[in-house]
Amino acid sequence: MVSLTDTEKAMRDGAEGAAVAKAMDLLIRYAEALDAPDFVYCNNIAGVPGSSPQWVKDYYKEDGGDYRAVFSRFDLDSDEVVDVPRMNGFSCHLQGGMDPELWREQGMTEEAFANFRSDEAEVAAHGIQVMKTCTPYLAGNVPVMGEHCAWMESSAVVFCNSVIGGRTNCEGRESTSAAMLAKRIPNWGFHTDAFRKGQHAIKVEVPVDSIFEWGMLGYYTGAAVEDAIPVLSGDISDAALIKHKHFGAAAASSGGVEMYHMVGITPEAPTREVAFGGSDKGETLTYGAKERAEVYERLNAIGSSRDVDYIMLGCPHYSIDQIADAARMLEGRKVHANTELWIFTSRAVKATAMASGYDRILAAAGAKLMTDTCSAISQAVPPGTKVAAFDSAKQTHYLPAIMGIEGWFGTTQDCIDAACTGRWNGGLN
Amino acid sequence: MATTTTRKPDIVIRGRKVVGGVVEGEALATKQTISGWGGVNPMKGEVIESRHELRGVSFAGKILVFPGAKGSSGWSAVFHTSKLAGASPIGMLFTITTTKAALGAVVLRIPSMTDFDIDPVEHIETGDWLRIDADAGEVQVWKGGKP
Repeated sequence: MVSLTDTEKAMRDGAEGAAVAKAMDLLIRYAEALDAPDFVYCNNIAGVPGSSPQWVKDYYKEDGGDYRAVFSRFDLDSDEVVDVPRMNGFSCHLQGGMDPELWREQGMTEEAFANFRSDEAEVAAHGIQVMKTCTPYLAGNVPVMGEHCAWMESSAVVFCNSVIGGRTNCEGRESTSAAMLAKRIPNWGFHTDAFRKGQHAIKVEVPVDSIFEWGMLGYYTGAAVEDAIPVLSGDISDAALIKHKHFGAAAASSGGVEMYHMVGITPEAPTREVAFGGSDKGETLTYGAKERAEVYERLNAIGSSRDVDYIMLGCPHYSIDQIADAARMLEGRKVHANTELWIFTSRAVKATAMASGYDRILAAAGAKLMTDTCSAISQAVPPGTKVAAFDSAKQTHYLPAIMGIEGWFGTTQDCIDAACTGRWNGGLN
Repeated sequence: MATTTTRKPDIVIRGRKVVGGVVEGEALATKQTISGWGGVNPMKGEVIESRHELRGVSFAGKILVFPGAKGSSGWSAVFHTSKLAGASPIGMLFTITTTKAALGAVVLRIPSMTDFDIDPVEHIETGDWLRIDADAGEVQVWKGGKP
């Protein structure tokens, strides 16, 4: 049984209102499912609170069919509808379903857009930051080392744990919504020191330096260790935020990696011994030329036609330096008549891109800079898309499966060239 | 739920309750971990992940036996949505405890267990008949279907 403090018992029993009581009830059931001993205090929560398509609201029409009904019945898994107050914790809304301006281009209906606007107004009214991104750490929510967080979004979770040293499990919609009210999350998994230690070693024997190489290593890593914690060492260089972002997203999609160590690079791996909490454990795997070629093949196994209709960049959401790079590659060129190029980012980064003039360069080339969502989340691709290309291993993993289309994976330059020529000419050098 | 079976089970597995309750039904078993968001169509309860051995198969009305959850943090929400669509599993047995699978089981409110004395993924096949008594920490297995 999970142990509760007097304050937590009082919250469960309604001292802070019905919504907090329902939130504690759900968190207690969740803690018991995990066999967690108690809760940690948590004041950094990122989720998708209360947002839902119209059909989910209609499903709860007898409960009012509104934000309140969905938040009570779905997010808090409550048998009854309660008044939902302003959230108590620092709460952020992650990615959403459409671009607030370019939703028509994304194929959304007026009704869906009206629902989106209504949900967003409710989110804001409940004191939740409208970040609308899978990269909260690029939009105003950067945890500190050791901070207990409750985050959704597997790519953000792995970044928080591995690169920042913040502490979060891969939370879900219901647990994050409840934590926004209760400021508690089960003391389990990545909140504890012992759980954060390495379980397998990966020796990197080919140069991993560019974002493309980091992404492939990430995709290999997830498939190799599944949901375990890898300790990587060897020929890894030129670490940067965007490379960790791509590596972690790839490892979280091909496996379930929620934390990784890179010896001498990530904050909880100053040495091999610290990363493992002693001597090496588990298996020792090698990432060499053969493994690298196999990863590339696997990511490109769903590509057949080299006539590309759609290039999607921005998974996870592009940072300002990635937008700057794309703009530089596109300057003076035009997106091919048979091809669409959509680049996804957060509203915060888009504001910087506009201030820096990149939006004009992208628009002049015929590319579209979109926010809030991505093709996989919104299931939005340009009409008639049969073949897409990506510079993200994660998006390559998901979008073709979701949409039933072909997909290619390559460098950002491969993708920009494909956008301008309509032909995929990527290959492994 | 009263047991509808007469023959003694072929296997009895003991484990820990994730979500309490008793349920009987047919197993849908896989040796591969399951992605929720992007790996399952919640409207049909169908696995859609490329290269998954259950691709195209629905878990609606079945007891899902699997090593664990992987992938997106949308796992619980996708399985929760399958419940709204009437396409959720009726019980779950998973070997590896993750926040995704635990939270998914909680919001589905279906009898679920983990931390077993013998691995159900190794001993249960699709089509076997199962009776889960999660509160008692016991799974009864009848090989080859309803006895």
